[in-house]
Amino acid sequence: MAAQWKMASTRQIYGETLLEMADSFPDLVVLGGDLNVSVFTHLWRDKYPERFFDFGPAEQNLIGVGAGLAASGKIPFVSTFSVFGVGRPFDQLRVLVSQGNLNLKLVCTHAGILTGEDGMSAHGIEDLSLICALPSFTVISPADTVETVQAVELAARTEGPFYIRLSRAATPVIHDADYQFNLGQAERLREGGDVTIIATGVMVSVSLEAADLLAEAGVQARVLNVHTLKPVDVPTIAAAARETGAVVTAEEHYLHGGLGSIVAQAVGQHCPVPVEMVALQGYSESARAEELMVKCGLTPEKVKDAALKAVSRKGG
Amino acid sequence: MIGTDAAVGGHNYSVSDLPALAKELRRDVIQTIYTAGSGHPGGSLSELDILISLYFRVMRHNPQDPQWPDRDRFILSKGHASPGFYAVLARAGYFPKEELATYRQLNSRIQGHAHPMTPGVEMNSGSLGMGLSFALGCALAARLDGKDYLVYALLGDGECDEGEIWEAAMSAAHHEATNLVAIVDRNRIQNDRFTDQVMRLEPLARKWRDFGWRVLETDGHDFEALLSTLDKARRRRTRPTVIIANTVKGKGVSFMENNPGFHGRAPNAQEFEKAMEELA
Repeated sequence: MAAQWKMASTRQIYGETLLEMADSFPDLVVLGGDLNVSVFTHLWRDKYPERFFDFGPAEQNLIGVGAGLAASGKIPFVSTFSVFGVGRPFDQLRVLVSQGNLNLKLVCTHAGILTGEDGMSAHGIEDLSLICALPSFTVISPADTVETVQAVELAARTEGPFYIRLSRAATPVIHDADYQFNLGQAERLREGGDVTIIATGVMVSVSLEAADLLAEAGVQARVLNVHTLKPVDVPTIAAAARETGAVVTAEEHYLHGGLGSIVAQAVGQHCPVPVEMVALQGYSESARAEELMVKCGLTPEKVKDAALKAVSRKGG
Repeated sequence: MIGTDAAVGGHNYSVSDLPALAKELRRDVIQTIYTAGSGHPGGSLSELDILISLYFRVMRHNPQDPQWPDRDRFILSKGHASPGFYAVLARAGYFPKEELATYRQLNSRIQGHAHPMTPGVEMNSGSLGMGLSFALGCALAARLDGKDYLVYALLGDGECDEGEIWEAAMSAAHHEATNLVAIVDRNRIQNDRFTDQVMRLEPLARKWRDFGWRVLETDGHDFEALLSTLDKARRRRTRPTVIIANTVKGKGVSFMENNPGFHGRAPNAQEFEKAMEELA
């Protein structure tokens, strides 16, 4: 199945999507922090210089100015790497944007270990945990470029703070062009009654491959794409737990505070069943993205193993 | 003088009226904090004459329409000094003065640190250093919208320890935000001690100048001087402007003046009586 997927860059499609929206959203402005070529907002910068503001690598001010623009009726799309966009101005995101409930869109690229060679300081493995702790934010982790385009457009036309998580590396395109993204509604990508794999971001494609491996072993796995981490689709997750009796989560993020924690909370509250988690166990290192995915255990085989373990714990 | 008194909710104060108004609002500040049992009197009293000058003589605003798109914006960055801000907003007509008695209490819209749930408040606050960035965002929005409003941001001097202030200062000059006016309430005391003991700021004027700002200085309690400086700030704008307003922490109450102990505590019953006597 994997061989059929073409690869495409979510950060590139983000920059291209912004250009598409320029005329239909006259209040849209773009703010950058000296990483605009990397996050593809240089396309906007060069075409709409009067609607673009660079603040250099000074992220507290970057978010603060974005908040002031949002409070004045603009739709600021603020973009940098996830480690810088979430970590450094966390208090500005908390006090100004979340507590002020402002219409700011934070779109960060270079999330997770897919950032690769730059090493652990550049790997944003904590961003979902941090941003999901801010009550006003809607949090989206698209699985591919098709989903990214629709998530970005939806964020532009929906009032309130948004965080969208994108990657450095090109990732598999798992959706057809006619896919319809529904905010807050998990996507059922594959039917199965023995176990449910709940994944987000790049791990959605990995989980679909894992489901193929499980089918070869006679285990039918349902696969859910939880693109919206907040508000999360509790009914669909609870139904999956009830109907399949075991759950595996898969995310390219630290074990604590991300998808696994969110799903465990929903399952524990609504339908307790065994939950296994495939996630990063700690900091990683400099290497090529695909090497890191293997070393950190974010592979179809590891997701399959976790699924079999969850199934073996049923009724225990 | 670019006074726009007609827009100020029916208030029409002459300069000679302001000292009496200042005394009245200082009583409101002390009463508000005493009723709540907590709050920040020192900075509320040091900033008050600046706020009075802005809201009753200088700024274009309409308390009956707090979201009026053409209003001048005022951003209280030092959000703990909210009692002074609330006293001014209530007097200007943004909300009934009786609500001051609900400050810091359950179900009030008058929060411990200023939040936009209060009519007339533009920004949530309480974590220092954020107001100048926010104000710059408002100033850039004015340019995008072709509007001529000004944006004022009131900063504490201790607040200037925050790195974000200087990120914002650098970027305001870079983006040529000539419609931005920062005012530093230079009362020389921060949370623990005197600013010179915690973190030296001088030469403060030179720092701002070197960051690309026009720097004006004034006595922050002399209304003639304040109004003439604020007037100057509105005119001949080729750079962002900062006004360093030299003030006295706790101004108007003898035992609070220059006393770091009253940065963030309420007066007790005896102190309350004495303060109200002095402000009578």
